[in-house]
Amino acid sequence: MPVFYGKHIASPLMLGTAQYPSPAILADAFRASGAGIATVSLRREAGGGQDFLRLVEGLGAAILPNTAGCHSVKEAVTTAQMARELLGTDWIKLEVIGHSDLLSPDVFALVEAATELSAQGFKVFPYCTEDLSVAERLLRAGCEVLMPWGAPIGSGLGLNNPHGLRALRAAFPEVPLVVDAGIGRPSHAACAMELGFDAVLLNTAVAKAGDPVAMARAMAQAAKAGRAAYLADPIEPREMAAPSTPVIGKAFLQ
Amino acid sequence: MKLTINGERRELNAATVAEALAALDMGDARVATALNGDFVPAAARADTALSPGDALEIVAPMQGG
Repeated sequence: MPVFYGKHIASPLMLGTAQYPSPAILADAFRASGAGIATVSLRREAGGGQDFLRLVEGLGAAILPNTAGCHSVKEAVTTAQMARELLGTDWIKLEVIGHSDLLSPDVFALVEAATELSAQGFKVFPYCTEDLSVAERLLRAGCEVLMPWGAPIGSGLGLNNPHGLRALRAAFPEVPLVVDAGIGRPSHAACAMELGFDAVLLNTAVAKAGDPVAMARAMAQAAKAGRAAYLADPIEPREMAAPSTPVIGKAFLQ
Repeated sequence: MKLTINGERRELNAATVAEALAALDMGDARVATALNGDFVPAAARADTALSPGDALEIVAPMQGG
């Protein structure tokens, strides 16, 4: 099971809290899946914030506030500071968005913000790409976990670049890695875990499913199965067939 | 004085961030504040003075991915 900044988490599934049909379904999805971490945002208080706070604090999951929607270092740092005070955690899921269509990370601002927040004592979970040099810079900035995207946020496309994710796993064998964003189906979650990732973080795929509670459970099962498969050392694929039934001893029947 | 609170221009009788929260009936709410883009810790609200035209952001945890 994943360990982030020294904290053991009981599940490889990390779940967002947005877009559910109702607060009750949100709570049921967490209960059914046993997700270990819940992400939340910070938004202008217009009534409802206090009830939501009670709801997420009762989920039994560690809370990971995000800087979603921030496009600059300054915005992200201020948001992180407010989140730390409000939620009493120095964990921050750092998003600095670079492109509004793809919601892709602005990796330059991301490294800058990660450096600043680490210096201020934050434990940064950066939403990044699978680029190895960006990963190196984030680690140098003080990050002890990396969260590359699988595909654009909310797209449900799965893992756009499994080879890049595999390379990241190989390059940083000791660093906890999470596929964050893009997962649409349990098979995507299993695939990420089979690559040796420590956890998956998803939201839309569960919240917008026809039955979010059943999908949350399926995602948790898939993530656990993928992890078990990774640890079981799967065979390498090959181009040509290799008979699994012994050839020797086959009756001669012509 | 005229302030911009969560993006909305309004007239508020408050000299500090703490007074603004009280005037908005959020004195006891679990919220975080930023003034003109800079974080104002809860402990500093009573000593953080407001000036006309200031932009005050008041946030709470919400749904997020």
